[in-house]
Amino acid sequence: MMEITEGSHAIADAVRLCRPQVVSAYPITPQTHIVEDLADFVANGRLDAEYITVDNELSALSACIGASAAGSRAYSATTSQGLALMFEACFNAAGMRLPIIMSIANRALGAPLSIWNDQQDSIALRDSGWLQFYAEDNQEATDLHFLAYKVAEDVKVQLPVFVCFDGFILSHTYEPIDMLSQEQVDKYLPNYNPAEKLDAKDPISFGMYATPDYYLEFRYEMDQAQKRAKDVIATYGKEFATMFNRDYSALVEGYRLDDAETAIVAMGSVCGTVKDAIDEMRDAGKKVGLLRIRVFRPFPSEEIAKALSGVQRVAVLDKNISLGARGGATATEVRDAMYGSTVPVKGYVLGLGGRDIRKKDIKEIVSLSEKGIGDQFYGLRKELI
Amino acid sequence: MAEKKKTCELFDCGHRACGGCGEALAARLVMNAAGTNTIVVAATGCMEVFSTPYPETAWKVPWIHSLFENASAVASGVEAALKKQGRTEKIVVMGGDGATFDIGMICLSGAFERGHDFAYICYDNEAYMNTGIQRSGATPYDASTTTSPAGSQSFGNRRPKKDMPAILAAHGAPYVATASIAYPADLMQKVEKAITTKGPCYVQVQVPCCTGWGFEGDQTIAIAKLAIETGLWANFEMVDGKVTKVKKVVRKPVEEYLKTQKRFRHLFKPKRQDAEIALIQAMADRNAEKYGLDIKLKKE
Repeated sequence: MMEITEGSHAIADAVRLCRPQVVSAYPITPQTHIVEDLADFVANGRLDAEYITVDNELSALSACIGASAAGSRAYSATTSQGLALMFEACFNAAGMRLPIIMSIANRALGAPLSIWNDQQDSIALRDSGWLQFYAEDNQEATDLHFLAYKVAEDVKVQLPVFVCFDGFILSHTYEPIDMLSQEQVDKYLPNYNPAEKLDAKDPISFGMYATPDYYLEFRYEMDQAQKRAKDVIATYGKEFATMFNRDYSALVEGYRLDDAETAIVAMGSVCGTVKDAIDEMRDAGKKVGLLRIRVFRPFPSEEIAKALSGVQRVAVLDKNISLGARGGATATEVRDAMYGSTVPVKGYVLGLGGRDIRKKDIKEIVSLSEKGIGDQFYGLRKELI
Repeated sequence: MAEKKKTCELFDCGHRACGGCGEALAARLVMNAAGTNTIVVAATGCMEVFSTPYPETAWKVPWIHSLFENASAVASGVEAALKKQGRTEKIVVMGGDGATFDIGMICLSGAFERGHDFAYICYDNEAYMNTGIQRSGATPYDASTTTSPAGSQSFGNRRPKKDMPAILAAHGAPYVATASIAYPADLMQKVEKAITTKGPCYVQVQVPCCTGWGFEGDQTIAIAKLAIETGLWANFEMVDGKVTKVKKVVRKPVEEYLKTQKRFRHLFKPKRQDAEIALIQAMADRNAEKYGLDIKLKKE
């Protein structure tokens, strides 16, 4: 059913339809509307879940770890400082192969304190073993939660997932959303019934320690699971498309890319702006296209290399920065994916801490890339530095 | 299967604790009291390391270890899941004094405040033994550890032990107790009460550590007993915040306990430190006063 609603409300509704048995979260801007809605659902009998109002974010994810290990579908949501506080538990949840889903309303990390959007928080956890999905709009942010549980709980994957969407830009924006019904979601997403769980009738030990004789293979298995997730996403994405007419089976998506000379690579809500800018540049005769990365983990290296093989140059937008390195994480990984190709890849770090990214900025970046200028911050206020 | 259970401990042999480990003995007793319908949630520490080197485990019940500081939060999630699934297993959380008094304090406080139904067992060996005997918030006054070493300018740890039972009782915990491996029947009764009492319950067990405290492994029980007999460790129960039962003793001087352990050696050698010993005696006296530890031999 189509309704005009706030991103957070739509996401909370999607989570409700996924029937998590345990929700555990700690409030942090701009995630709060989601967890407030979920509390309201529980209080009014619209969601049959245990809702744990924990003492901090580390506890939030830790309670999800316990719930998931005990065989329940578990959910949390956070952002920024909260995600940073969960750092240790993030690695732990993935290492224990627990299919927890966490919504990330992407936000900058302090210091200086910033409540505004960039993607540094989830990107900083790219090595934690969690799958990472990035939504362009609220319809996608909503739908990706259904896909996330389906993929995470598949025996070929058994890894947790961040569903990332830009804080405020998506979380607090009203858009028309086609919300699925409970009946539809139940058909797509079956109840969670893991083969192994904490159970007195069949005791197993979770989270043991591994000596150097064993540890390496645990990490290898996780990496294999990440790689297997590509096919699993494709399969369940197609199933979703068949059932609901929205296709999330591809890890990357091209926009007017086929004959493009300049390809912009980006993730998240900025892609909407990029598409508008591309339309205007196309009208002016410039052959520009977009490759949007929807799934950052597993990283779609082959898909990117293939999609960008015919362009003359690549401009990568990063709402994150690996300080002291050549730029942001996306540029680094796209460059790695393109290794051996003669296509030049330039990175642009922009929009950090919520700085607006406008159509004219995208056009300016395309001009810079045409001149071979890149691997730099974009949009700095010169008077401040 | 049922027959096999009878001959096996739920915390089974084959683990890698030191000979004479007080904590391993306590775990056996705790699990005897808990029974098979139990899920154990463990914090990082000696116990977790010596009992679960992959692919071996000493645990015959479902067991989960996540991090050092989050066992209470993990247990909160397990409890919520069991409730939702309509399951009946009891949850026993286990942590050392570091995991309980220090790094896990926020998660522990949160879980107790929320009132989850589990028994939290603190194995208190009074320092970070797993990492090599560093001081914790549970380390007693004047104990020499690797981060509070006695030296020419120091008598060791400068602070008395944090009063965790009082802190948890202040959360409204329905049942809080201290116990000792020297009194196994009492310990098991307390664990059973903690498990069967609804809500978050806490049992703090003193577990002498031969390696960390510096004594021979065959002295573990004797030293645990001396801790009680000198009044430096009080065994008591608190129900709804009120002390209801205390192990009374005919008290011995504290130095009988202190002399048995290398961590207090500097109080006697090279020179006897009467003033420091007197301070520790005063602490035992305060315990005796606070909990009513002394058996009155003659009626006045």
